[in-house]
Amino acid sequence: MTEHLRVEGVTRVYPPVERHAAVHALGPIDLALKQGEFFSVVGPSGCGKSTLLDVVAGLARPTAGTIHFEGKPVAGEVPDGVGVVFQEDASFPWLTVYDNAAFALRRAGVADAEVRERVASTLAFTGLASFAQAYPAQLSGGMRQRLCIARTLVMRPRMLLLDEPFGALDQQTRLLMGDELLKLWRETGATILLITHSLDEAALLSDRIGVMSARPGVFIDLVETGWARERDSRIVSQAAFGEVTGRLWSALRDQSIKALAMAS
Amino acid sequence: MTRAGLIRLALILGALALLEWACRYGFVSREAVIPPTVMLQGAWRALALEETRGEILWTLQNVALSLVLSLIVGSAAGLLLHKATRLRRALDPLLASYYAVPTFVFYPLFIVLFGLNRWPLIAIGFLFAVVAVIINTLDGLARIPRAFVRTAAVMRLTPAQYAVHIILPAAAPWLFTGAKFAVAYSFIGVIAGEFVVSGAGMGHAIAFAYNSFDNRMMYGLIVLLFAIVGSINMLFWSFERRLYARAGR
Repeated sequence: MTEHLRVEGVTRVYPPVERHAAVHALGPIDLALKQGEFFSVVGPSGCGKSTLLDVVAGLARPTAGTIHFEGKPVAGEVPDGVGVVFQEDASFPWLTVYDNAAFALRRAGVADAEVRERVASTLAFTGLASFAQAYPAQLSGGMRQRLCIARTLVMRPRMLLLDEPFGALDQQTRLLMGDELLKLWRETGATILLITHSLDEAALLSDRIGVMSARPGVFIDLVETGWARERDSRIVSQAAFGEVTGRLWSALRDQSIKALAMAS
Repeated sequence: MTRAGLIRLALILGALALLEWACRYGFVSREAVIPPTVMLQGAWRALALEETRGEILWTLQNVALSLVLSLIVGSAAGLLLHKATRLRRALDPLLASYYAVPTFVFYPLFIVLFGLNRWPLIAIGFLFAVVAVIINTLDGLARIPRAFVRTAAVMRLTPAQYAVHIILPAAAPWLFTGAKFAVAYSFIGVIAGEFVVSGAGMGHAIAFAYNSFDNRMMYGLIVLLFAIVGSINMLFWSFERRLYARAGR
């Protein structure tokens, strides 16, 4: 597999605001993702996981260091071929499911026939075809998140950045959504960078997991799960699953205590 | 018609019937209030007179001009203050206490500035309406979810696409509220200005009928004013209801 994303020496420091001192939120971070890899980042609250996603996506500039996606530097804007799904519901309530999914394609000037074909296949893939004319307010939380994923997938991203996309869902729905995400990952061949606070979710979905320290977040462990590409949520009953989550928690426990102490 | 609509209509018709009965049977002095059917006759008479139609048209033009100006200036000022956060923080207390200022006191100043024509009245209507537009524009822009802003960045929208396809629909409920207030305040500013200080317009015609003890004309004009403002508000209300129903708000 070829290298898809390279992050070198990336730090992010938030400048002082009025009476608040500068905050060193992240790094230095070094990371290399292979084409088609599923990589997750876990870490205590406030360790800079989402900041890492923002700088990798080009939504924020790193204070130091460089990011290369497909060999080109990421600087100040989201590179072509990168899709991002946020934790918050970002579906546009004034548009139908179909128009939400078609939104970015239309803005990019894609021909109507192609928009119809791509939206139809993506809605079918995400199980939303029969809700095409519904408005987001008529969907459940899980379906709205699927809509946000569909809106991203329709652009056929080569790398998907997911910022706790299932954070607002219950445990059973999360497991099922995880299965759908794995299916999507296999079928699209996209590289996935998932930010999550759920150790189970990271252990279930990922090829590799980066464990971050308390702020400023740096990687303190990289865990290879060793799962086959064909996998689903049934692996949670395997002994190896418990070993992975056990290793993650061993690495994280002290950092979580430290993060709690910093917050109080 | 919906059940709520039927109840609303029944309440209005019931109140009018009660007033008609009270006036006809002397429970209310006819020198103070005339029966609604006579008010309607007065409204018809007012509409039939070319001179009164001219007064109504004059007022509607003044309201329309002050409304359009307040929407344009208010939206632009709201956008500017949203971007300039320090300036907004400095102006926040002034905006919050703005409606404590009796803007009519500026009428003499406006006559000096604009002359004896329609513009002092438009300025009063504008001053009444513009701050409601600014405040609601600021509210609407502040309430656009951060996820929408970030999604727009991910989709690499141009500034124009972002404004038209994200800002406008996302802030629409607040912009709409600002517009509704602007309609009401423009009418209040212009009519009250005409009533007190002007020599033309519906407000002046009402005041003239009042001073001439012409109750039929006075109430007729008030009925027409109610009908105009009510129709505009009903239009806004039905459009807003459709907008919110779609978004599940």
